[in-house]
Amino acid sequence: MELRPVIAAMRRNRVGALLIAMQIAVTLAVLCNAVYIVQQRLSWTARPSGVDEADVFVISNQLIGSQRDLGSRIQTDLAALRAVPGIRDSYASNQQPLDNGEDEFGITLDPDHPAATRFTTVYYGDQRALATLGLTLSAGRNFNASEIGDCGDLPSGSLGGALVTRELAKQLDASGNVLGRVATLVPISLHVPIVGVIDRLEAPNVDLFGGSSIVEQSIILSCRFVNSRVDYIVHAMPGRLAETMRVAPLALAAVSRDRVILSVRSLHESRREIYRSDRTIALMLTLVCIIIVAVAVFGIVGLTSYWVSQRRRQIGIRRALGATRPAIVRYFQTENFLIAAVGVVIGAVLAVGGNLWMVERFAMTRLPFAYPLLGIVAMLSFGQLAVLWPALRAASVPPAVAARGV
Amino acid sequence: MLGYYINLALRSLRQNGVLTVLMVTAIGVGIGASMTTLSIFRAMSSNPIRDKSSRLFTPQIDNYGPGGEGAVTEPTSDHLPMELTYTDSVALMRAHRARHQVAMYATVVAVTPPDPRQLPIQVPTRATYADFFTMFDVPFEYGAPWSALDDDGAAPVIVLARDLNDRLFGGANSVGRTLRLNDQEYRITGVIEDWNPMPRFYDLYSGKFGGPEEIFMPFTRAVAQRLPSAGMTQCLKNPGTGPDVLLHSECVWTQLWVELPNDAAVRAYRSYLAGYVAEQRRVGRFGWPARSALRDVSQWLGYNRIVSSEVSVLLLVSLAFLLVCLLNAVGLMLAKFMARAPHVCTRRALGADRRAVFGQCLVEAGVVGILGGLVGVGLMMLGLHVAAGLFSGAAVALTRPDGGDVAIALALSVGATLLAAMYPTWRASHVQPAWHLKVQ
Repeated sequence: MELRPVIAAMRRNRVGALLIAMQIAVTLAVLCNAVYIVQQRLSWTARPSGVDEADVFVISNQLIGSQRDLGSRIQTDLAALRAVPGIRDSYASNQQPLDNGEDEFGITLDPDHPAATRFTTVYYGDQRALATLGLTLSAGRNFNASEIGDCGDLPSGSLGGALVTRELAKQLDASGNVLGRVATLVPISLHVPIVGVIDRLEAPNVDLFGGSSIVEQSIILSCRFVNSRVDYIVHAMPGRLAETMRVAPLALAAVSRDRVILSVRSLHESRREIYRSDRTIALMLTLVCIIIVAVAVFGIVGLTSYWVSQRRRQIGIRRALGATRPAIVRYFQTENFLIAAVGVVIGAVLAVGGNLWMVERFAMTRLPFAYPLLGIVAMLSFGQLAVLWPALRAASVPPAVAARGV
Repeated sequence: MLGYYINLALRSLRQNGVLTVLMVTAIGVGIGASMTTLSIFRAMSSNPIRDKSSRLFTPQIDNYGPGGEGAVTEPTSDHLPMELTYTDSVALMRAHRARHQVAMYATVVAVTPPDPRQLPIQVPTRATYADFFTMFDVPFEYGAPWSALDDDGAAPVIVLARDLNDRLFGGANSVGRTLRLNDQEYRITGVIEDWNPMPRFYDLYSGKFGGPEEIFMPFTRAVAQRLPSAGMTQCLKNPGTGPDVLLHSECVWTQLWVELPNDAAVRAYRSYLAGYVAEQRRVGRFGWPARSALRDVSQWLGYNRIVSSEVSVLLLVSLAFLLVCLLNAVGLMLAKFMARAPHVCTRRALGADRRAVFGQCLVEAGVVGILGGLVGVGLMMLGLHVAAGLFSGAAVALTRPDGGDVAIALALSVGATLLAAMYPTWRASHVQPAWHLKVQ
């Protein structure tokens, strides 16, 4: 294919070509960044919490009335829950995964060096916590009954034991060798020996930490949680979640009505709720991507059609001089390719620039190189696709047109 | 003349249906998408108390000192704690240096409904002073705030939100009746109308866009009853345990707002605040050159970066989107006007000057802009409806489009289309009449 005539024709139609190139450039820039954000959001929402989500639900309680024997009231509640047919186990905690909790502390194995302090999220639980949440122990052991103490709001001093996630273990000691060592929580200066390492347990505030690995730095302290505002974590037997979620509040009401049951939610519901805005953003950006590509494609169709109708006579003359139909189609395809090529180069620069700006401003991560590359391929193909119909119409111009007119 | 041009425009738009539909759709979609995000953005970043924004101030005090930089979880420009200690709030209340000042904190109470068949419920509550309602212009449906005497005496009095009054008393005037909170009787002095500023500027950390607070009670009463804070509580050191620990600790958990009528009052309050902090240092409470700050509502919102980065990104994407749609419209309009070059030539040959042709083409573009704007407004309604369903419950209230949004959409559409039409119109008005007439 001879490029010269294509370029010569384009010179005479600079503005139209420029408009298409710019559209392609901006579309590519938006597409790259939007797809990247969507992909990132969806991968966040798919992260496992570490908990056996299918069978676990949480009853949030506010105990009212006399606050003197909260500890025994909670134990009575838990015993009543365990007596419900279909419930395998339950324990009391300060917070649950996949919900917006608050207990965040510094943690270190070396209190003399502030730089060694890491960030952690604290769950309270007794020896039933592991089984109830369905967590996997990767090293060490579960709590002993003798290690469990009562914790009110903020424990201090020392505690029987702690289970840390593998990620936290790695953060505390690069070799992950933390078993038996004493961790110090700051600022509450609580000293607790680490007795076990669990595979994974997400912090409640998954959205606060976004894509950061801080979300995996959780700790379970060997505590019976004693507080008027308490969450009962309940593990139902497989397939009996819905049924037990209905019956469990009734069992609690039968124990005592001096309570407000704030919510009864399965972890599935919590997950849906906490990732709602991520899904919204992903959905909106996907829609924007689809529409923006459609708009760009229709723009190319419209403008090229106009060019075709403008050049009917020239096309007719070329046909009369012996150009085949495929040659005409190829002409318009080449023209579009050249315009699009300029567009995608500018677009790739815009895409990377836009991403860098967002990295600076919104703590985004850098755009992997594959995105602009795939974007370039995609935009070039969309351009070719868009130009096909006008090009075919151009090819159907009969050579006789050359003889008509003037 | 304008009527004639509009008539011509409609005729010409009908003549080339496909191009017109493409143009109107492109502009409509661009306007719809960008306006949807723009109104979400506007709602989220809007000033919830516009009229008094520049007269309401919240002080901050550097009671953490140099060690506080890691403790403030929300990283801000100056690492000052976001809230005040109980000690500071009470001291600033006692000093009474502003026209109005109210200390406050978020708590929750268990309410026993008067109807014995209803189970107890938990209600988000604000512990504050009677001046709260005056300062923030809170409208009352029944009754009035409690009195300053009630503040002093830690009296068991409350103000209800209309919604709670509806649920508990069927919407009747409940002023003078009592309600059981945490097993104690409280007298109702007033019921406020629907009032839920978004974002909740006076306490951004008890659920930025969260559900409304439905009970208001004297701060002094809540403290006397040791009602726990349900908002953000941050401590640099472990305060220990016990019911009174938060009152004497350096933990921050209360907010304070003051009303200062003019710049002189602001300056005076700033220097008072600096003096207070210096005094605290002198008596040995702070071992560092402690800073203080005083911000008004809009500065406070900006400082706390309450518009999520997500919405900003979305806004950015939408603006880029609008740009693509407009580029598209420029191209299509160029095609359209140039296709009509013979028409233009005939008109020119018959005596129309360039200005007349220019005007006619602009009118045509304006008609396209209005049509595109209408499509855009429709899409915006749809978009906001979808967004309202998708964003978490409380944000629904944010996304109700108002007259302002519609007006902005239409103005933006017409303005952008006219701008986009400039070049095509200029080209059309500069075609050489003789050239095209010859071809015909």
